[in-house]
This record gives sequence, C-alpha cells and structure tokens, in this order.
Amino acid sequence: MKKNQSQEEFIKGIWRDNPVFVQVLGMCPMLAVTNSAINAVAMGMATFFVLVGSSFLVSTFRNVIPKQVRISCFIIIIATFVTIADYTLLALVPGVHKELGAFIPLIVANCLILGRQEAFASRYPTKLAVMDAMGMASGFLLALLSLGAVREILGDGALFGVNLFGENFEPWVIMILPPGGFLTLGVILLFFNWFKYKKDEFLEDVAAAERSES
Amino acid sequence: MNTPKDTGGPSSLRLVLTLAVAGLVSGMAIIGIYESTLPTITANKARELREAVFKVLPGVSQMQALVYRDGELVVVEKPDKDEPVIYGGYDEPGNFVGYAMPAAGPGFQDTIALLYGYKPGEKFVVGMEILESRETPGLGDKIYKDASFVGGFSALSVEPEIVAVKKGTKSQPNEIDAITGATISSKAVVRIINEAHAAWSAQLPAPGTEPQLRATESTGTEATQ
Repeated sequence: MKKNQSQEEFIKGIWRDNPVFVQVLGMCPMLAVTNSAINAVAMGMATFFVLVGSSFLVSTFRNVIPKQVRISCFIIIIATFVTIADYTLLALVPGVHKELGAFIPLIVANCLILGRQEAFASRYPTKLAVMDAMGMASGFLLALLSLGAVREILGDGALFGVNLFGENFEPWVIMILPPGGFLTLGVILLFFNWFKYKKDEFLEDVAAAERSES
Repeated sequence: MNTPKDTGGPSSLRLVLTLAVAGLVSGMAIIGIYESTLPTITANKARELREAVFKVLPGVSQMQALVYRDGELVVVEKPDKDEPVIYGGYDEPGNFVGYAMPAAGPGFQDTIALLYGYKPGEKFVVGMEILESRETPGLGDKIYKDASFVGGFSALSVEPEIVAVKKGTKSQPNEIDAITGATISSKAVVRIINEAHAAWSAQLPAPGTEPQLRATESTGTEATQ
C-alpha cells in the first residue's frame, strides 16, 4: 500500500498532473529556454535539483516552521538551492550557463516549485514529498525536452547540436524565436486536451454500457 | 502548521528566530558553494580569455595584460579592478604582433561584450570575437554564428572608421557587409569597435615602440631588453 502510494505520487507528476501540460505552471522558463534540446535539459536538471532538495527540506522541517513565516522559509530554502545550482553550472558547464543566463536565478520565481512546497511538501511525510517532487520535476524535464527537441529540429535542423538533415535544410527560424515556443506549446496542449476529451468520452461510454447491462 | 490559531500562535521571538536560523544556514551554504566553485570559475574565465586573444590575433602564442598609467602603456601582472585593460599579443620568439582590445556597448537586446585584434602598424582590425551577447537567436546571434560576418573582421581598416554597409556592397577596406536581418546587431558591433578604437588610439604608443614581452614567472628568464 505504502509503496503504491509513493509510486502514485511519482507517476502523477509525469502524466496525469504534468506541471506544464496539465497544470500549465512554470511557463516563463518553459517558453524562454526551450530553443534547443540541451538548454531544455540543463534547465530541467537545475529545476529537478532545486525542487527535490527544497521538498526534502520543507517536508523534513514542516513541524518546526511556524505557519506565519512558512512562505519566507520556503523562499529562503529555494533560493539557496538555486544559488548552489547557479554556481555549479557556472563552474562545470560555462557554455550552457551563458545560454540560460538570467533564467537560472529566476528558478526562484518558478511557481511550480513554491506551489509544490505549499500544496504538498509542507503537508506530507518526507518520503512522499520527495517522490512527488521527483515526479513533478521529471514531468517538467520531459515537457521542456519535448518542446526543446521539436523547436531545435524544426528551427535549426539539429538535435542536441547534431545536424540531422544536412546542408539543404532550410531552418524554420521562427521556431527558435519566442513565437515558436507558443506555437509548439499550443499544439502540445491541444493534443493533451484532445486526449483528455477522448478519455472522458470513452469512460462515459463504458459507464453507459454498464448501466444498460444491469 | 503545528500551532493552532486559537492559542494565539507562536511568539514573535520564535518567528524571528526561525527566519534568522534559516537565513544563517542558507548564508553558510551559499558561502560554501561560492568558495568551492570560485577557483574553477576563475580558471575557466582566464582560459576563455586566452583562447579569445589567440583567436583574434592570428599567429600569437603569448600574451600579457597592459594598462594605461601616467601617459604610457605598462605591463601589469594583475590589473586593478575596473581599470581598462588591453592585451598585447606576441609570437613565439616574443615579437609584438598586435593588441587584443576588449570593448562593450549596447546591442539590440543587451550589452554586447567583444574582443577585437588590432595591428597598430597597418591600422587594421584582424579579428573579432563576441564574448557576451543576448541577441535574438537565429537573427542577431549571427554576429558570432555567421562565419562570413566574423571573417569580415580579419582585414578591416579603421581609417577613418569602420562602416557597416548593405550585404554585398563592400568596396572599401574600411567597409564590412552587415548581416541581412540583423542590421542593428551588426551596426552595434561596428559602433562598439569604433568607439573603443577612438578611446584607445591616443593612448597607444607609436608603432614599433610597444611594450616588450615581459617573461612569465613560470619560465624564470629575464625580460628581453
């Protein structure tokens, strides 16, 4: 039972409650840094680290932090992890850090992270909170990656910097510009909503069939 | 969370203490990560700078930092903070080749920082490398991704000043083809170089009297002449 619950918390972030495609949170980094797959992965990893670290601490100290100052405490914890991620990226992969620029410090303001602390980590035991954070962060990473991959392939003819189509490919430049982010996101959201609509329709059909049988 | 509202909540002291402890721990963590990554970050920056200097000055294999003090260019080990620095480039035997000049100015979206190689004898720019920019991906970022634009700086006269012209209309040695679709960024690069050149040209010594290469402490040899 316990194991199932933590599995459930993990899976929901990737699909059913995907932070980007279902909750539509964290749109700012989502649209800004997904102009190439590698940037998307770096941003996703940084967010993963910050979210899991913060959820762990917030959940562990949830009974110590007075509720009047909880938001300030969450922000202090998140900002610390963001600074650590910032300096680590700067030291290890300066090129990627340069590309992401201002968006690393701005992870602090990602409502997905604060939202998970307030809605989940501060109310549930550490293990569940970490599973929830890992699920949400993986969902975020996958969403960034799918957007980044589509935009890089169409806008640059490459994936992870590897040229896919050779010399004659005419890059669809708009895809790596901001409008490309909106276009791609819109199409993916359309798919998610269509899928949900079809699923609801199917469930209704099943329910109707069951009713008529009985 | 643990203290129900009806009991009046925790004391102010507890709130202040909680935040103080959180801030203290957070501060320590940040100092720790700053101190432990600083050497790598400084080394990365120094390596990047060296590579950029060697790139904008073809044929250069040694460099030293130069600053303008009391009316002349002097060689310094460590320039003071906020002091404008240029780099002298020297070939293998230690002969002066040219200057690598850092310059920065407003671009289309944000400050563009660049480094350009300058040969005072010929009064030619011989190379240009963008160090920092946030120009539009796909358009403005061609100022460092477009090989023909960057290559245009490999032999460019600064007399009377560099002019960016429409692509394909370059006819003078001081003209460079601007990038189609990124005219503002191209012109910004040219303007930055012109401004830096104007600011420095009076301070550079006459050609032939450039500061000699000072031997690095690693080789231990005496400075030549």
